Amino acid sequence: MKTDRKLVWSGIIFLMMGIAMLSGCTGSGEKRSLTVAGSTTVQPIAASAAEEFMKKNPDVIISVQGGGSGTGIKMVAEGSADIGDSSRELKDTEKTEHPDLKPYAIAADGIAVVVHPSNSLGDLTKQQVRDIFAGKIKNFKEVGGPDREIMVIIREEGSGTRSTFEELVMKKGKVANAADALQKPSNGAVKAAVAGNENAIGYIGLGYVDETVKALKIDGVAPSIATIKSGDYPISRKLYMITKGEATGLKKEFIDFVLSDEGQQIVEKAGFIRVT
Amino acid sequence: MVKGVSINSENVVRGALLLFAMTAVLILSLIFVFLLREGLPLFAKVSPIDFIFGTRWEPSKGVFGAFNFIAGSILVTAGGLIIAIPLGLSCAIFLSEVAPRWARNMVRPAIELLAGIPSIVYAAIAVAVLIPFVQYDLGNLIRGEVFRVGEGIFAVSLTLAIMVLPIIISVSLDSMESVPRAFKEGSFALGSTQWQTIRRITLPTALPGIVAGSILGMGRLVGETIVVILVYGNAKHITSTLFGAKSTGETLTAAILLEMSYVPVGSTWHSALFSLGIILLITVFILSLISNYLLSKSRVKL
Repeated sequence: MKTDRKLVWSGIIFLMMGIAMLSGCTGSGEKRSLTVAGSTTVQPIAASAAEEFMKKNPDVIISVQGGGSGTGIKMVAEGSADIGDSSRELKDTEKTEHPDLKPYAIAADGIAVVVHPSNSLGDLTKQQVRDIFAGKIKNFKEVGGPDREIMVIIREEGSGTRSTFEELVMKKGKVANAADALQKPSNGAVKAAVAGNENAIGYIGLGYVDETVKALKIDGVAPSIATIKSGDYPISRKLYMITKGEATGLKKEFIDFVLSDEGQQIVEKAGFIRVT
Repeated sequence: MVKGVSINSENVVRGALLLFAMTAVLILSLIFVFLLREGLPLFAKVSPIDFIFGTRWEPSKGVFGAFNFIAGSILVTAGGLIIAIPLGLSCAIFLSEVAPRWARNMVRPAIELLAGIPSIVYAAIAVAVLIPFVQYDLGNLIRGEVFRVGEGIFAVSLTLAIMVLPIIISVSLDSMESVPRAFKEGSFALGSTQWQTIRRITLPTALPGIVAGSILGMGRLVGETIVVILVYGNAKHITSTLFGAKSTGETLTAAILLEMSYVPVGSTWHSALFSLGIILLITVFILSLISNYLLSKSRVKL
């Protein structure tokens, strides 16, 4: 019996190895090529868009790389990438150093701060949010809410939502958790935890907000697609593709594709908000 | 098939089987080599002492102290066993020494069924039922107001205990049932009561098997991932209370699973996660060696 089972398993493993070996790559002929590099937040959008774009234009080959917004901007300014991805606006220093850089907003991104629906708290300032997530404010009554101790719920290290939240709210370099904060592995898990815990406060992407949790106004502005698009909601940002000078040729074709209805559907599928 | 060939083909089959059997060993050693290759580069940047005893884990700053995770793994494993061993042992004693045949016939299949339930099911039930119960009901009962959170060492220990109970019961039961009848009959003949026989004869004879079962369970708990991710809270501190926000923590397995999808391959962070894996593998390896040793000892005795 025992040997039989081992035999079967070994067979399965060999089969899988065989399949792995057979699935190799094939070479390519003469092609127009485009290099896209930069923000890891934009990377999934750029990668899916590139995939679709290459399906439609078999003569085009697009390579999408990460590296971070700063790297992307630097690479496009120096000409080592055709398009730079950035999850922030150009800094003043970058604008003066490279005045010919042209950013195209391709998506918007906003994070809602949520509490249990029974929480009477409705409005926080950005500073209060910062203090709560840093563990300085420990009870909702300190910010005009009910007398409940606060349980902070955050995302795990490496999460894009977490790094966006830290960048936009906590200011760079400051870690967004008191040591007691719970870490949940997904937007859905944070929402479920907040929905089930009347002491909890957490943050999730706008797309995940529903009636099981209550999204707070920040600095008096409620999070919505409209307020994020307009930039009025404070915990929001736009994602950019940047070219050196006006986008032309293949660069323009690709950015136009991302801004087209089909491209914007990819943006939505990746969990962001469309801009056109 | 021609008769004369069958001897040769038998050899071929034997050789093939040997090859397949060796692949299991080969894969195990490949896993170990791979873990070492991926994990060891960490120690060029972080000293092993800082890695094992450091309590700060901030990958973005290049600080990797795994002590919180190690402590978390030890605590949830201990918590699960503290609940499961007395419960499992009493259940095994009842089934093997006291229970009438019909009760045994009913309970045994149920226990085996329990062992087959995937841990995500236990985790889901804990999230839906146990966590709110601990936060609201136990909070009001113990503290007079709700706890800040229901996740934590209490909920996770209870869930893990239920999960590991079938292992402990069935291994203990097996080793108690294989205590020779003559031992017990001799004890009864000398005028011992049933309880005296259980305590002085059956339990000591079956002890190595019982310990081996517990260690087997311990191995399962150390490696358990989904339950601890969903029920332990993944807070980056060391558990210091039984309930409330300070009772949460994070284990080695949880840290690996939560962060693995984000790490750039080849980074220090990447090898730090693999080093957590090395700690886990070594722990489970040692536990299973001890368990095998004790099981073989209990067989020799019979």
